[in-house]
Amino acid sequence: MRSEWPLYEVFVRGKRGLNHVHVGSLHAADDEMALHHARDLYTRRNEGVSIWVVKAADITASSPDEKDPFFAPSGDKVYRHPTFYDIPDHVPHM
Amino acid sequence: MSLELTFEETIARDQRIEPRDWVPDAYRSTMVRMIAQHAHSEIIGMQPEGNWITRAPSLRRKAILLAKVQDEAGHGLYLYSAAETLGADRAELTEKLITGGQKYSSIFNYPTLTFADVGVIGWLVDGAAICNQVPLCRSSYGPYARAMIRICKEESFHQRQGYELLMTMMRGTRGQREMVQEAVNRWWWPSLMMFGPPDADSPHTAQSMAWKVKRHTNDELRQRFVDMTVPQADALGVTLPDPELKWNAARGHHDFGEIDWAEFKQVVSGNGPCNAQRIAHRKAAHDEGAWVREAAAAHARKIDERQGSAA
Repeated sequence: MRSEWPLYEVFVRGKRGLNHVHVGSLHAADDEMALHHARDLYTRRNEGVSIWVVKAADITASSPDEKDPFFAPSGDKVYRHPTFYDIPDHVPHM
Repeated sequence: MSLELTFEETIARDQRIEPRDWVPDAYRSTMVRMIAQHAHSEIIGMQPEGNWITRAPSLRRKAILLAKVQDEAGHGLYLYSAAETLGADRAELTEKLITGGQKYSSIFNYPTLTFADVGVIGWLVDGAAICNQVPLCRSSYGPYARAMIRICKEESFHQRQGYELLMTMMRGTRGQREMVQEAVNRWWWPSLMMFGPPDADSPHTAQSMAWKVKRHTNDELRQRFVDMTVPQADALGVTLPDPELKWNAARGHHDFGEIDWAEFKQVVSGNGPCNAQRIAHRKAAHDEGAWVREAAAAHARKIDERQGSAA
């Protein structure tokens, strides 16, 4: 009988006001167990106030092979940055 | 740009390699070997101290020791998780540990004969581990470096609880002080061996340094550990069992005696005092837990099917 537990990725919100951040992974039989294991493994010292777990197999990621072409559309749009615009020094609050 | 060149340049710029990046096969196998060996060490490392949980002399010491052994389980799991990002399979890693296909630190093949050993392991063994691990927080492999940052934060508690335990015993009876000294005598040399063979005899060091998976040589780290430990031993009031140990003003370091590398090789190759016992215990825990893993998987499958048919 197959008894291997699937891999889950774990995301923890360190405290209110912060985003959930990826902290690692673990194996669990189901979602509920994954949450409990994540609590025991990644928050033994009050490192979190909220945990997300998601099966690693359910994550869609950009391919590292095409990382340059994939992000190319934002590469040549310098006018999206505030430093693109020349404003005289004597203009305040800008 | 070729994949190999991208890899080389990432390393040269001191950037991290991340899980799905292309890496040379040898880099992958080196990292899996290093991380797995480290993970196995944490898991096997639960045994020598776990030996004393039920016999800790007070509730305070028991709670501390339990937390420390739980941390070691946690460290093992962070590291297995890092190894899996390289394509290693968790079940296979456990299999390789149990069958001797992958190694763990030779230090855990020594027995813990008295409660003072718990203190000395925290002070010397975890102290040596910290020396080894702090530079690994800058390892070129991202998931390993991040796991090491978490681990180093937690190891500091391990070392301090050990040293505090020993200070308490040193303030006790003459028998307790002798027990501490005797434990130091047994653990000092094996602790020095934790840094691995001397540089001249360390086959992996050059390549590991070039790839920035290791930042210092074995001998550099060993020297750093000796220099750090000598004043701690003085403060504690114990003698490190090495007549050749003395300050060398010209070098700005302590000189120390020759390590018994024949003993090291014996323990690494499976002939230490506890090798067979450690592996047998790990195997028994794995085998005896099989029905739990199977039952949980079966339960999860059943819930899935029920939800599937209700939808």
